[in-house]
Amino acid sequence: MILEWLGKVGNFSLTMLIVTLYGLLVGAFIERVIAKVQGRIGIPYSQPFINILKNFFKRTAVSHGYMFYLGPVFRIAGGIGTLAFIPVIYGSEMFSNFSMAGDLFLVIYFMFFGQLGMALGAGESGHPYSAIGIARGLSQMTAYEVPFALAVIAIVIQYDTLSITEIVAAQQGGWQHWTLFTNWVATLAAMLAFLGMTGYSPFDIFLAPQEIPIGPPTEFHSAYLSLLQTNRALFGATKLILFMNLFFGGATGWIELMIKTLLIYMVAIVVGVAFPRFRVDQGIRFFFKIPTLIGIMSIIYVQLVLIS
Amino acid sequence: MIKTLGTEDTLENAGLSAEEQQLFSNARPRAYEPYPIKAVEDFANWARANSLWILAFGTGCGAIELRPLMTARFDANRFGVAGRPTPRQSSVFVIGGYASVKTLKRIIRSYEQMQGPKFVIALGICPVNGGMYFDSYNTVNRFDQYLPVDLYITGCMPRPEVLVAGIMELQKKIKAGRCDGANRYVENFDWYKANQKKVIKNWDMPDYNW
Repeated sequence: MILEWLGKVGNFSLTMLIVTLYGLLVGAFIERVIAKVQGRIGIPYSQPFINILKNFFKRTAVSHGYMFYLGPVFRIAGGIGTLAFIPVIYGSEMFSNFSMAGDLFLVIYFMFFGQLGMALGAGESGHPYSAIGIARGLSQMTAYEVPFALAVIAIVIQYDTLSITEIVAAQQGGWQHWTLFTNWVATLAAMLAFLGMTGYSPFDIFLAPQEIPIGPPTEFHSAYLSLLQTNRALFGATKLILFMNLFFGGATGWIELMIKTLLIYMVAIVVGVAFPRFRVDQGIRFFFKIPTLIGIMSIIYVQLVLIS
Repeated sequence: MIKTLGTEDTLENAGLSAEEQQLFSNARPRAYEPYPIKAVEDFANWARANSLWILAFGTGCGAIELRPLMTARFDANRFGVAGRPTPRQSSVFVIGGYASVKTLKRIIRSYEQMQGPKFVIALGICPVNGGMYFDSYNTVNRFDQYLPVDLYITGCMPRPEVLVAGIMELQKKIKAGRCDGANRYVENFDWYKANQKKVIKNWDMPDYNW
């Protein structure tokens, strides 16, 4: 029993390592794509790794209190917790993590958890711009969670299960079984929510480096920042894997996973390099209008067309 | 939570009122030894040299030369250089030309909030000897009397190419372990502080901005 459990933890650690490394590489690749659009060469692929090392090797660090320490810890706990309950590779015992019946609920909860922990930590730092960044970030998150939750409810009704593994299993047997093609309305709502989730333009007001110095992590530095950067890569890749599992048929191998997640990410990048930034009130209005309507329509679509 | 230390290693914070003294830390900064194993220190220096985050604080006319660095023509991102809006996260402070007394106060505040090891590049001739403002009533002439400088790039104004060359020179110095401005500042803290207070008349901030 204990050996089996230890083996599972070992497998999960390996998954976490691969996903984090992949997330950092994808981050560098995306930076280079954006640089090419702007006519530049861009950062080397090793840059995200060097940045994390540099911050780790800083000699000094200032604390603002206990909650300030715990902010990045909660954040990375949210990232690890989200990954822990997502089956990464379909059909692989080794990379199915702690997936179980009803893990979709847990995953959605954990996605929220990290943000709230970060809000507490950044609030403790006492920097006014952190508070503004958090107010903007949380309000935008509340807005994009609505279409995402509606899309998830739609596919839960469609496949009649709360287990991500079963949702992936239902999409096997050819691309025409993917949620993208069987329930394109829900996928559209979720992909619009995905634009807000990734934090690229036009929904990057909460990070706004020039107006409110980098937003919530303004005061985080040294090892705290390297923890946050690691989480950014891990959590970003985890969200991509979740979207791939729910809407794009999952993956049966690492190569398929990488191709699919990269293409999903490119949606946010193509929109990001082409559009300027929304103000926070514009962003919230946008999410509450079209994507929410599409989300409601997806449930009606499932109920009227797919089930009956 | 503010830690108030004993008298032997504390700062006076005389510029603050009694009420404000409760709000700021009075700890004295301390110097940091390099890692005892040379390979670890060299590796850390390599990482520091290849990830230079410049504080986005334009302190003089030279700030205009910093903007083209990130554009398609010069693209300093290739060398690991990035702009960072907050002093907490940045490691390089580019003094862009003349430093007026009013700006010097803000420069000191920002510099002390940066986390070590931190590097200062003095851009242009003004931080060296005052340049064309040598007899101005509100400009400091020798900048290294107020903060430790790691690298000078002279000229009026140096073009962005020169700045890129300077950054690469700074990377070489960091890799060789010869950039310890933060330690020098702490070791000669009283001398630097006395110089700063000589020119900044309205000193209403803590002696070290943690």
